[in-house]
Amino acid sequence: MSYLGQQLVNGLTLGGVYALIALGYSLVYGVLQILNFAHGDVYMIGAFLGYFVELALGGPTKSVVPVPVMLFLMFAISMIGTGLLGIVIERFAYRPLRGSSRIAPLISALGVSILLQNAAQLIFSANIRSYDTSSFISSTLGFSIGDVTIDSVRITILILAFILMFALSRWINKTQVGRAMRAIAIDRDAAVMMGIDIDKVIRWTFFVGAALAAAAGVMNGLLLRGVSSGMGFVPGLKGFTAAVIGGIGSIPGAMAGGLLLGVVESLTQGYLSTNFSDFYTFILLIAVMLLRPNGLFGKKAIVKA
Amino acid sequence: MSDQQSLGIGTDEWVAQHEKRLARRSGFLGIIDLLNQKFSPTLRYGILGIAAIAFGAFVHNLYLQRIAANLGVFLILTLGLNVVMGFAGLLDLGFVAFFGFGAYAYALTSSAQLNQHWPTYFSVPAIVIVTAFLGYLVSLPSRRLFGDYLAIVTLFFGQVFIQLIISSDSITFPGHENSTDITGGSNGIPGLDPFVLFSHKFKTITDYYWLLLVVLILLMIAIIRVDRARVGRAWKTVREDSLASQAMGIKVNNLKMLAFIVGASIAGLAGTIFAGIQGAVFINGFDMPLLTLIYAAVILGGSGSIPGSILGAFVMSVLPEILRVQNYSEMLFLAVLILTIAVLGKSWKKFAFNIALVILIGLFFKIIFAALNLTTTPAATWAIAPVSKLLKYWLFIPQNRILWGNIAFIILISLVAYYSIAREKMKLYLLPVIAYVAIFLWEDRLVVEPNTTRQLIIGMLLVVLMIVRPQGFLGKTRVEVL
Repeated sequence: MSYLGQQLVNGLTLGGVYALIALGYSLVYGVLQILNFAHGDVYMIGAFLGYFVELALGGPTKSVVPVPVMLFLMFAISMIGTGLLGIVIERFAYRPLRGSSRIAPLISALGVSILLQNAAQLIFSANIRSYDTSSFISSTLGFSIGDVTIDSVRITILILAFILMFALSRWINKTQVGRAMRAIAIDRDAAVMMGIDIDKVIRWTFFVGAALAAAAGVMNGLLLRGVSSGMGFVPGLKGFTAAVIGGIGSIPGAMAGGLLLGVVESLTQGYLSTNFSDFYTFILLIAVMLLRPNGLFGKKAIVKA
Repeated sequence: MSDQQSLGIGTDEWVAQHEKRLARRSGFLGIIDLLNQKFSPTLRYGILGIAAIAFGAFVHNLYLQRIAANLGVFLILTLGLNVVMGFAGLLDLGFVAFFGFGAYAYALTSSAQLNQHWPTYFSVPAIVIVTAFLGYLVSLPSRRLFGDYLAIVTLFFGQVFIQLIISSDSITFPGHENSTDITGGSNGIPGLDPFVLFSHKFKTITDYYWLLLVVLILLMIAIIRVDRARVGRAWKTVREDSLASQAMGIKVNNLKMLAFIVGASIAGLAGTIFAGIQGAVFINGFDMPLLTLIYAAVILGGSGSIPGSILGAFVMSVLPEILRVQNYSEMLFLAVLILTIAVLGKSWKKFAFNIALVILIGLFFKIIFAALNLTTTPAATWAIAPVSKLLKYWLFIPQNRILWGNIAFIILISLVAYYSIAREKMKLYLLPVIAYVAIFLWEDRLVVEPNTTRQLIIGMLLVVLMIVRPQGFLGKTRVEVL
């Protein structure tokens, strides 16, 4: 029982990270109907920025500020910096392609992905960096429910992930920009005619999507401690899968898909085999696509052209 | 925009610009146009074929033959992807997995790994058929959801394929005590049997070269015929507008699956030959880098265009070999840079102005640095190849190469990004600056790290190409109906 509980906690933590990545895919898809292949690499840049903030503040052991402040700064600076990068990517790689064929932005995104990965390798070198979390957050800290222990890193990540998701849904549902975003997702032409500044909304979308990915990147750095230029590919793929499972374009779908994917992956790793975890995730994806082609939360789309 | 406004009501844009379209383009592009008119497609293919036969007959250098054989395998792959993505418009990101599947299937059926030694004339066709069936299976779940969803399913399929191969080195079958090693995991499978066709054992790379040439000629004929046939035309309508083609009575789903299966079997065939040439298979050869390379080749040449695929394959397959030697890579880099300036400059006058400005900028910085007496990296350490020996009178490399390289890299990316939105007049002055920074960066960092350089160039090329010329170099402009 305690083993199951432990796996569930691990799965939820991992799922929170996946959900944050999946949200970026879903947001962009909802507004622009393009799959942002470079999202996984944006996540990698976010992880690197968090690492450099940590380094700038004196490193893991000799930090000049208390640990909570350092964590806050790592998340905040990384999210803002990466969010700006998201805006830049949109401006130069996607905006010129608006209104072109559907395959052109996908190829462009592939190009941005390669570019980001190799630029990171060129500038940051190919070495794997480490957040070295255990030397500033004690791993024995935390609390236990029955036999299940939740250490402090996991609890921080879980809480933060849920705060971010909650804030996002508030933002989409309550603010002017969020309302404009939903309007564009429903009918872009009509939204433009209603006087919605589409460029501004798309900028916001990319900023928020990239910032969420950066938060996920810093979380992953804290959790698994390794940061390298090639780290974005697999989480990007998983986040993408989570978005599709939940129903791409749907915000609650992306959250649920991410959490589900994390739990499934953690359980299959715990009970079946570690080597084939991607294979089981793939089976899950295929199953969802066969049974509910629009995802768990997706609406039945009327396909035109 | 201003052209359109001056047209007035009732004047068709196409008719109004008739004269303009007839006028010969000036500058470098004009020469290209002229050459283009002189050679008919048949003549071009003929020249290419004769060149390939001559290469096989007269060139006995093993290194060159190996490059040629690799190019042959790569050409099969690009032609196959051209069917899937170019003709039918499907984004198949699991394409290399089928290539890998073919290679591994050949390895398993003709090596000591499972102690199977099937005859080539049986194993290769069997593998092609099995790969086609695998392609059918992969396309099934995404049948209703082609488009973006196909991309994710196939991308994931590629990832799963790699994981399965790596993890299948210790599988315990039910009822058995010990685990069996099927795929050799990350160690790969060495010691494959060579091809044996018509009781001739393929001993050298030359034998494979001729085999590849025959396969390629047959494949080319088949693809050109399919392109013009009913199926090829139907694929293109599906690519352009699947709703409209469905309304015309075309079975869209069946055609898409057919394209997918054809692509998979071509990749499988390429895999078997590749495994035969290499004599061993390793999983890391079938990963993302190869996929991006094939995609870059097809898109660069022009997706949907057969000559485009050939050009793209040449560029993407031979280029890395050239980049290996510093002297060639420098010459190539400078040549491409000058060509780019020539194409972007549009007229010879602007071209001359730009080149002059590049030289002036270099001399300016060189003099400033000499005057300030700053420490530089001695020319002897970087100016090794003949071309860079010439460059040393013009270029300086600061002492901290990595730091300045990073700064130059960021400046270069920003400038190129800015170039894409700058005004026409601004571009004229921006181009020489970009060229100078690019040369600096090349000599400072990129020439030392050829692998990263190659990937960076591919990435940048894809983005820029999609913006400037989405149809690729030899592709035809599509008429967009909005």
